[in-house]
Amino acid sequence: MENNSSYWQENLRLIFICLAIWFVVSFGFGLLLVEPLNAIRLGGYKLGFWFAQQGSIYTFLALIFWYTKKMNELDKKYNVEEE
Amino acid sequence: MEELKLYTYIAVFGSFALYFAIAWWARAGSTSDFYVAGGGVTPIQNGMAIGADWMSAASFISMAGLIAFLGYGGSVFLMGWTGGYVLLAMLLAPYMRKHGKFTVPEFIADRYYSKTARVVAVLCLILASLTYIIGQMKGVGVAFSRFLEVDYDNGLYIGMGVVWVYAVLGGMKGITYTQIAQYCVLIFAYTIPAVFISLQLTGNPIPQLGLGSTLADGSGVYLLDKLDMVVTDLGFKEYTTDNMGGTLNMFAYTMSLMIGTAGLPHVIMRFFTVPSVKAARQSAGYALIFIALLYTVAPAVGAMARLNLMNTIEPVAGQNLEYAERPQWFKDWEKTGLLQFEDKNNDGKIQYTADTATNEMVKVDRDIMVLANPAIANLPNWVIALVAAGGIAAALSTAAGLLLAISSSVSHDLMKGVLTPDISEKNELLAGRVVMTISIMVAGYLGLNPPGFAAGTVALAFGLAASSIFPALMMGIFSKKMSGKAAVWGMCSGIGVTMLYVFQHKGIMFIQGTSFLGDMGENWFLGISPNAFGAVGALVNFAVAFIVLKTSEEAPKEIQDMVDNFRTPHGKVAAAHDH
Repeated sequence: MENNSSYWQENLRLIFICLAIWFVVSFGFGLLLVEPLNAIRLGGYKLGFWFAQQGSIYTFLALIFWYTKKMNELDKKYNVEEE
Repeated sequence: MEELKLYTYIAVFGSFALYFAIAWWARAGSTSDFYVAGGGVTPIQNGMAIGADWMSAASFISMAGLIAFLGYGGSVFLMGWTGGYVLLAMLLAPYMRKHGKFTVPEFIADRYYSKTARVVAVLCLILASLTYIIGQMKGVGVAFSRFLEVDYDNGLYIGMGVVWVYAVLGGMKGITYTQIAQYCVLIFAYTIPAVFISLQLTGNPIPQLGLGSTLADGSGVYLLDKLDMVVTDLGFKEYTTDNMGGTLNMFAYTMSLMIGTAGLPHVIMRFFTVPSVKAARQSAGYALIFIALLYTVAPAVGAMARLNLMNTIEPVAGQNLEYAERPQWFKDWEKTGLLQFEDKNNDGKIQYTADTATNEMVKVDRDIMVLANPAIANLPNWVIALVAAGGIAAALSTAAGLLLAISSSVSHDLMKGVLTPDISEKNELLAGRVVMTISIMVAGYLGLNPPGFAAGTVALAFGLAASSIFPALMMGIFSKKMSGKAAVWGMCSGIGVTMLYVFQHKGIMFIQGTSFLGDMGENWFLGISPNAFGAVGALVNFAVAFIVLKTSEEAPKEIQDMVDNFRTPHGKVAAAHDH
């Protein structure tokens, strides 16, 4: 039980980090901060526009795979893998 | 027979033959096959199937067209329909897979130890899925009527027949393997024209990079800058900054689509088909790869289609196209009524401007952009035929997934779970197939007689799922004490508030003339459009549930232990697939 609850705490911490990044790239860079970021250019893209239509999607992908990798490590560490 | 028609017949009926063959090979023998494909689908296969399940007629046909005319405002669909997978992978999928049941209402019934909760979940599920399916049936009808030149009704009957054969015969197993084939068809159909067009316009074959490149005409001007210039010259808002209804509306709209994605039962069900918790997490990642392939190309398709359309009508500023010299694709779409021209100043030329007094392109339906795009760019006929097959694949695969979600919730949750618990496996399977047949007929009927506001129904389905199912599942996993009573109150008030808001602006059950507030900006609460209101409904759901929880008993000890159990991958699965 003791073990399980610190496993859950670590999982919650990971989720919190991932969702913070999820929020910043989409709602932050893509919506709320889009105007200041649009002053910066990425080739033909305005940076805010790029985050809204391209960058946020790439970040979402990276987040899921990173979370999956960390959770697999966590499952091993606490010895709670599926039999 | 003309060449294009021949190619289209080959592409569409060839792909149908493929789906039937797969359905026959993977037909279902048990309830476990029928509901969760026997629980043995690998993460990559599952990712592709989710991709096809997920990407509907709306993603394939409508989205790039919406982006073409909304510009930056179209970002809500791109972020909203991908960001939900992050929520699924972290907040829902692994725990629900660990719990190991067949359907979403079944999970809710166990977690909230309540038949009422199960029935409420079934009703929310049917409401969201049926709203969604009407849009798919319409997509099938439109694609058939344009490309095979049969009328809309017959197109719809053909579509219903095809789905019936492989969904009823194969259940989840047949649907999963058919969807893998459908994914391949639709992604090729979407990216090949995009690659050609990107190459033509910018010299870069990768559309995602082409959108940020300079034009290939030697001017050295960036494509997006050119587009901004062309549209603002004609009085339209700047493409890269046009924000749809303001920041708050875009924020709520994006949030609504994200949590709606995570709460749509036909997507969540997919995570019950994989063999382990680890595979459930991985599946969400693979699904998003396959979805992102289309979603990162879509903004390029949208922007390039808009630029090509503008350039066709006004090749050089001030020298507009003569109506008599309009290209063949223009004439073809005029026949469907989705493109209309009216020579207001009688000069025989086409003027396309933002001002309704002088604009002569009186109708440019957004839904035709993706289908007309290859023709506008003068691509070969086989590419156009491929797009037709892709559009139909997208609509059929989503319709099949939704039908399965509806039929399993009726046969498994309502009949086996509540009304007739003694039903044998064989009869339950039969009931599942009968319910699916009825659902196809209901969906077909609604496709033939779409309720007043059918176009907005897809976005609305997300609002309904966002405000009811997502919060109930999330609280069930992350709050051990959350009780059945509180969850039922939450679901009812969340979906209630959302439906009330939609009905007051769009008419009760979408019947025109019954709305008591007009559907326009100044009547919207804080400027939030009805399609974006699901996010507010979800907030209401969370708030009501926690208030009720504070004033009543919390969940019993054995339920709290059950939550502990499904939070870890290790340990006993609650009577998983041994029904």
